[in-house]
Amino acid sequence: MDNIFFTLHEFLLHTENFTYLLIVATLVGIAGFWYFLTGGDED
Amino acid sequence: MAISRRKFLGWLTATGLSSAFGKTAHAGTTKHFEGHPDSLGVLYDNTKCIGCRTCEAACNRVNDLPPPDRPFDDLSVLDKKRRTDAKKYMIINKYDHIRNPKGPLHARIGCNHCLEPACASSCFVRAYTKTKEGAVTYDSSVCVGCRYCMIACPFNIPTFEYDSAFTPRIRKCTMCYDTRLVKGELPGCVEECPTESFTFGRREDLFKIAHERIRRYPRRYLDHIYGENEMGGTSWLYLSGVAFKKIGMREDLGVTPAPALTASALASVPMVVGTWPLLLMGIYAVSKRKEKIATEEKEQALADTIAQAKAEADLKISEAWQKAEKEKEKAVETAVRKALEEAAETENEESS
Amino acid sequence: MSQEATTANRSFITPFNIIASIIVLIGLFLTVRRFSGGLGAVTNLSDNNAWGIWIGFDLLTGVALAAGGYVTAAAVYIFGMKKYHSAVRPAVLTGFLGYALVVLALHYDVGRPWRLPYPFVVQQGTTSVLFEVAACVALYLTVLFLEFSPAALEWLGLKRARNLAVKFTLVLVVFGIILSTLHQSSLGALFLIAPSKLHPLWYSSFIPIYFFVSSIIAGLSMVIFESTLSYRFFSSKMDETHLKEKDDIALGFGKAAAYVIAGYIAIQIMGLGADNDWHLLGSLYGLWYLVELFGFFGVSCLLYAIGAREKNLKLIRWTAAWTVLGVIMNRFNVSLIAFNWQLPSSDRYFPSWMEIGISVFLVTLGLIAFRFIVTRMPILYEHPDYRDAHRAKGGS
Repeated sequence: MDNIFFTLHEFLLHTENFTYLLIVATLVGIAGFWYFLTGGDED
Repeated sequence: MAISRRKFLGWLTATGLSSAFGKTAHAGTTKHFEGHPDSLGVLYDNTKCIGCRTCEAACNRVNDLPPPDRPFDDLSVLDKKRRTDAKKYMIINKYDHIRNPKGPLHARIGCNHCLEPACASSCFVRAYTKTKEGAVTYDSSVCVGCRYCMIACPFNIPTFEYDSAFTPRIRKCTMCYDTRLVKGELPGCVEECPTESFTFGRREDLFKIAHERIRRYPRRYLDHIYGENEMGGTSWLYLSGVAFKKIGMREDLGVTPAPALTASALASVPMVVGTWPLLLMGIYAVSKRKEKIATEEKEQALADTIAQAKAEADLKISEAWQKAEKEKEKAVETAVRKALEEAAETENEESS
Repeated sequence: MSQEATTANRSFITPFNIIASIIVLIGLFLTVRRFSGGLGAVTNLSDNNAWGIWIGFDLLTGVALAAGGYVTAAAVYIFGMKKYHSAVRPAVLTGFLGYALVVLALHYDVGRPWRLPYPFVVQQGTTSVLFEVAACVALYLTVLFLEFSPAALEWLGLKRARNLAVKFTLVLVVFGIILSTLHQSSLGALFLIAPSKLHPLWYSSFIPIYFFVSSIIAGLSMVIFESTLSYRFFSSKMDETHLKEKDDIALGFGKAAAYVIAGYIAIQIMGLGADNDWHLLGSLYGLWYLVELFGFFGVSCLLYAIGAREKNLKLIRWTAAWTVLGVIMNRFNVSLIAFNWQLPSSDRYFPSWMEIGISVFLVTLGLIAFRFIVTRMPILYEHPDYRDAHRAKGGS
């Protein structure tokens, strides 16, 4: 792990790539979870 | 300049990530990056530079740049301070009016090939690459022309082809990467300088050379290697006979590398994405509930009012009915009494 | 002569139309110049000054002033303040047109506008704050378009499509608030990478927060401002609900703005303390900073508060205009005036008349589009076919 990143830039590129994917997953997941939670509610 | 505001995000992500990655990576805050090993650089020593502009001519030729407005042997060009532009990757500026017994001093202005380039950090299409050889290269095939790199570069190096309608490119020194470095050759300026003002080699070796020169000639040199730590360190290093700000090089840039300046702003993006839905839907749920309760209370109040009114009406009706009953009884009683009285009277009249 | 003023019968020759036509013609000419001659043929941009008013005004200010969309939607759909409902559609329209113009302006500013999708489809520069700005602006423009679409669908009589669009309101509103928070703050964060170029009174690690909070201030004020202008020019299009609610909206938003500005001033001052910048206030730039913070934001805060307390609508409406100027001033300061403050004055930037011309052209296009939509689509009134439909399930 130590030698993969020589510069802060490389490190951030790697982590930010991952982060953006996780952001999309979070948005979809949290929306879905909300609908799951409130699924039993009557209006 | 502010100290890092990453503390909150720092411990938050550090606690999370350190358990994931162990002791190697933290959230870019405490980990120290050494750069590519054996990265190359250039040392410019302005005490050797005579301002002949041979390097500028070499740069122009090697990189196939457009012919200059005035020829390179016209030294009167140095009377005005210049900056790089779309036709000039590197320029030499002359400084006459500083106290130096040997004559004017010069400054080389061109891309410093930072260890953590601001241009690379800021580019939203990754058009810049810090190569392992040390050169920072630019890929015009993806560049959109947004010019954020020009905003980001603390040395104001990238230049833009404003006069090109369809193919404007950023232009800057490439350390002759494609033309020379990958072939194992020296950059044009280094090779052709007649006074060996430029020294090319591994960055670590250049430090040794620079320190050695300072040690040998302490009155010739300022005891500072510009580019050692500025903006986190650069691959182009400078030795000077006078303070760097006297030769147009900024001394107030600090040592924080450019990517570190925006790391916390970037880190807050996933935090907002994760927490805003909780906040917003929480407020929504509460306000919906309050609305529901308010509606229910309103309906209840309405029902109560109706019930009360009905009860009052019922009471009134039963009272009226009772009263009517009583009056009816009374009337019947009165009629019966009257009838009896009349009957008694008639009886009296008949008997007399 | 018919008493009805239909659009067909009304004459095209009005002062606005004449001026707008001239501006549009000049704008088209300048557009041709820009794209045939490059940026250098039209702008005063230089290697030292890479960003000019197309970024400082059209992008930064445009995005800030279009913030009324997410703020109003938040107030009505998240906080449940139903009495502001009639403000939603005008605010969303202003937002949508605002962002559309921002994207259009970007096509003028970047060197190769046909490559604008590159960060998404070719190569991702994820270390860049600008990458995040681009992604959020693109997504948010989509959100605004979808939030605006019910009005257009009602106008087109596409009932099923309209009802479908309305179902997504809450999701769009939440997503829109998230996206707005991100890109409003990130537009400020763009400057974090250049501490040596932005004057320390404006440079702060808190810039993202300053930009976000001031976008709320801008949004609240623009809703009041736009409503004032709409009443002046389009009152015949306003239905009863709209006319009834508009004063309450001005009062409520004015009061909210007073409070938010107070917070904004507080965090600005605390930011000065954190960076120990007090001594800088005694300079010329320091004076300018104080003019921005107290002369504009401070005065706005006070006047909004007085207006809210005394229910003085006229004061609130004028204060809204003053506040909008203050936000414009802030964006100009960060991007143009306090930026490159250390350069000698001969190297400083001032826009060319052609740059200004394009910006005016774009704003005029926005006004024309606004007028077109507001006079034909149910923005200031409810479409008779859908009168109470929105009251049912939290639709727009």
